[in-house]
Amino acid sequence: MFDFSLLTNWIDNFFEQTCGMPGWLATTVECILIGLLLLTVYAVLALFYIYYERKVCAAFQCRLGPNRVGPFGLLQSFADMFKMLIKELISLNHIDKFLFALAPYLVILASMLAFAVLPWGKGLQIINFNIGIFFLIAVSSIGVLGILLAGWSSNNKFTLIGALRSGAQMVSYELSIGLSVLTIVAFAGTMNIVELVEKQDNLWFIFSGHLPAIIAFIIYMIAGTAETNRGPFDLPEAESELTAGYHTEYSGMHFGFFYLAEYLNLFIVSGVATLLFLGGWMPLHIPGWTGFNEIMDYIPSVIWFIGKAIALSFVIIWFKWSFPRLRIDQMLALEWKYLLPINLFNLVLMVLVIVYQFHF
Amino acid sequence: MAELKEKIAKLFPDATFEDGDILLVNIADEKWHDCALALRDTLGFDFLVTIVGVDWKDKLGCVYYLTNTTNNEHLSVRVTTDNVETPMLHSVADLWSIAGIFEREVYDFFGIVFINNPDMRRIFLSIDWKGFPLRKNYDESEEINPVTVENERQTDFTDTYVELPDGKVEKREVRVFEPDDFVVNIGPQHPATHGVLRFRTAVDGETIKKIDVYMGYIHRGIEKICEKLTYPQTLHFMDRMDYFSGHPYHHCLCMTIEQAAGIEISRRAQVIRVLMDELSRIASHCLFIGTFCMDLGATTMLFYTLRVREQILDIMEKTCGARMTFNYECIGGVMQDLAPDFVEDVKALLAVLPRNIKEYNKLFTGNVITQNRMVGVGHLSKEDAISWSVTGPSGRASGWACDVRKTDPYSIYGELDFEQVVKTEGDSMARFKVRMEEMEQSAKIIEQLIDNIPEGEYCVKVPKVIKLPVGHWFRTVEGCRGTFGVYLESDGSTSPYRLKLVPPSFTAAAVVDHITRGSKIADLITIGGSLDYIVPDMDR
Amino acid sequence: MEVTTKSMPYDAWKDNEYIEKLVKELQANGTNVIVGSLDKLINWGRSNSIWPLTFATSCCGIEFVSLGAARYDMARFGWEVARSSPRQADFMMVAGTIVKRMAPVMRRLYDQLAEPKYVIACGACAVSGGPFKKSYHVVMGIDKIVPVDVFLPGCPPRPEAMIYAIMQLSRKIKVEKFFGGVNRKENQKEFLRNHPIEGVED
Repeated sequence: MFDFSLLTNWIDNFFEQTCGMPGWLATTVECILIGLLLLTVYAVLALFYIYYERKVCAAFQCRLGPNRVGPFGLLQSFADMFKMLIKELISLNHIDKFLFALAPYLVILASMLAFAVLPWGKGLQIINFNIGIFFLIAVSSIGVLGILLAGWSSNNKFTLIGALRSGAQMVSYELSIGLSVLTIVAFAGTMNIVELVEKQDNLWFIFSGHLPAIIAFIIYMIAGTAETNRGPFDLPEAESELTAGYHTEYSGMHFGFFYLAEYLNLFIVSGVATLLFLGGWMPLHIPGWTGFNEIMDYIPSVIWFIGKAIALSFVIIWFKWSFPRLRIDQMLALEWKYLLPINLFNLVLMVLVIVYQFHF
Repeated sequence: MAELKEKIAKLFPDATFEDGDILLVNIADEKWHDCALALRDTLGFDFLVTIVGVDWKDKLGCVYYLTNTTNNEHLSVRVTTDNVETPMLHSVADLWSIAGIFEREVYDFFGIVFINNPDMRRIFLSIDWKGFPLRKNYDESEEINPVTVENERQTDFTDTYVELPDGKVEKREVRVFEPDDFVVNIGPQHPATHGVLRFRTAVDGETIKKIDVYMGYIHRGIEKICEKLTYPQTLHFMDRMDYFSGHPYHHCLCMTIEQAAGIEISRRAQVIRVLMDELSRIASHCLFIGTFCMDLGATTMLFYTLRVREQILDIMEKTCGARMTFNYECIGGVMQDLAPDFVEDVKALLAVLPRNIKEYNKLFTGNVITQNRMVGVGHLSKEDAISWSVTGPSGRASGWACDVRKTDPYSIYGELDFEQVVKTEGDSMARFKVRMEEMEQSAKIIEQLIDNIPEGEYCVKVPKVIKLPVGHWFRTVEGCRGTFGVYLESDGSTSPYRLKLVPPSFTAAAVVDHITRGSKIADLITIGGSLDYIVPDMDR
Repeated sequence: MEVTTKSMPYDAWKDNEYIEKLVKELQANGTNVIVGSLDKLINWGRSNSIWPLTFATSCCGIEFVSLGAARYDMARFGWEVARSSPRQADFMMVAGTIVKRMAPVMRRLYDQLAEPKYVIACGACAVSGGPFKKSYHVVMGIDKIVPVDVFLPGCPPRPEAMIYAIMQLSRKIKVEKFFGGVNRKENQKEFLRNHPIEGVED
């Protein structure tokens, strides 16, 4: 399998030796390059996801979905984004202008930071450090702050209710996400993302971890859906209740940021699920089937990772277009009365599995 | 009827009677509240169908239509006042819950003040509207009430007129909301209000404390326009009120006019009318299911239900020539004959309908989230349903058998074999299920008729100019959303003197406040959706 | 210049004279090459992404729902992203009767839309009062309250007609100029100057 660290090392060498840059300058240039690359990937992924969701939703609803702008409507979301970029940013009176402007950037920042630690491919990772998964959980919580600020600073009753709902929801479901991640961390014995992926070399955690891993996976998917504010947990922006929820007052690109971040968070949640349960960029290996395993190795690791993430996103989109929305008290009850106890029990179960070596 | 007359005469010796389809009692305003109490408690007239305000030029007054829900007796009471300048009548808002809202409507249109009604605000027109539009001497010129883009004046107070022990009437101001209530304004432009209805909602966190319903954002004054048009010209408005039950509404108005003019229509026309009524009932319930599910967040259902609706619209379009505003029934029958492949198309529809209903149940009804959102939410007891006059599927979900097709069979419904779907739970789920099952019943009716459409003329010959004799008539039909009534008063000319339309959505929207208190904001959406009101229908 | 949208032949449009006149007016002073091509790019984005505001008062609104459903599927053109918040929508399909009590609300919604904003008067009621011409409470045509871009007659218009109307709007956006020059916005400003709201400045 192609190791992307060869490429990155070559670039590093190119700057330092061929161009003769000092170490600090080379790092700066590399950082800028990575930043630009990240922005591009971010934008392209978000636009792809918007298109993807619209097409998938259309398929569920026996429709065609966008097909006029560009071939197969592929350029539809580009046109949307283009329009949004030049749309008026309405300035409102009686609002906290600074916080109002800050909120969308916080939301975008949270998803950007999370990008840094995702295992994109073999050797293709922006930072690799020993508490990677912990960092991921930490930064993804910044998004809540953005949403709360957006709702509060808009000085609008709908946005306030939306923000309060969102706060309650995210704080609650963060627990479930944390615990299910903890289950896997306990199983793998590491928080380092590269190691986490490499431990799934032969068998993905969802297979090797037995029942507790499957339970953790299901809980993670539910909590992840809630964390991204998507249906059936889309209460903060419940269209039929709160018009557009916390971002009711945002227009133009500020709204565009929320819109993009929503889809990016979807990718991140599926990406983390891929990393924890489906082996990150690891190809599908079935012990014993050497020929099959070798063929799988030919598929580049980046494609494995993104492909798995998109497949998981499909499931989350599927939820949204099939289920009605939960009510706020039911949603909290689901977390505190069901998911949390099950999760705690599951963690104990996992510990038992590890101690008695039940796993593969 | 004679028996009833005797009973009332015994209780109120100075009441006078007029015979007709429905017995009319004339009673003085001073006696009216006692009389109403006796009618409700002693004689069991627990269902107030409507209050019709009428301006007879020399006097103003109201006609109250009452029904006894146990033995299905009808009665009407006329109360008038000679004071045209500052007309006042006594309120019965304490006897029937819905009466308060009906009285506000009469106040809005005729300026009749109801003494002791706790809330005497306008309901359809804005707070600063000048004049009372349904009075005969109302000045309609644009200068008096111009189109404005200035925001409407808002107030948190309402007037109430209290009768003091010495007989004088005092005007008092009362607060609608508490001073420190957190009031959220939902509507008029809001995705879940199904049109332009406005709720001012006092909330405590996510819990609703009180809702103040504002209507009239699409009040088009149909009743007043009708007074200027000839009878055939009034018909097309029926399509534009409740645009899903255009056929039943047309049916009702046509029946009233035909009854007044003494026109007998052919059996073929009757069968066609019933077929169209039932087809539109299926289409309407399909759309209800779709939009209701969309309100709850399950958007996909809308597309599945619209599929069936489109099929029905195709059938209608072939025969009537339009997708929504058909204007198909006319005085004397129907406008055109059925399209040649009508029977074939309807049979194709009947073949796919059960499969579709099964699919809806599979996708939505059994879902855990659906159950949690709907079961026990927005409970409306049978007594409340009657007191608030919530008819139609919503009333039947509360255990009140109020289907006009069964209680007062009109047209050929008496000969048909179908069940009246009644459920006793009274919650949103029951309202949803009643409609689901009604679709099956409608299909059953269509099945019985589709192979037996008799030959004959589809429209009998009627005079070119239709003049009705002096008198008044009141007919009801079962619209897709409940009992739809038409009160028609004629002075012998070619246009109606007073045409009052009694829409079912009006009461359904009025009851929202009563059944949402203490629920969550999300429940308001569920309840509003399950009551299935159509705003242009209530506003007229 | 033939202005048309994808898979719609130029001759199929009914009112080409109008749009040709509009183009002539707009290009009276000639166009800068760079600015012109930038305009084209911007207009491409705008004309292909017209998001409606969910705003319906009566029958026409139901036909608008049908427009979104599987048979007519406005998602094909990218119009299905109906926003409930006026800040995020591009055009307002005034679907249904506007009455005097609703007029201030509608005007406020229009003012809340973010630029560039467009209005389609959908249905006979919105165009002229329609069947309610004799009413005391109906606004006889919404062009008294807001500037209208496309008038769409019908009671209610069929979904096909709605598609045509939005395509017509899309065509109008295509000839707009973002950078300077005369454009539709001038007329809009003039309209708003003539129909002011007390205490509110543009």
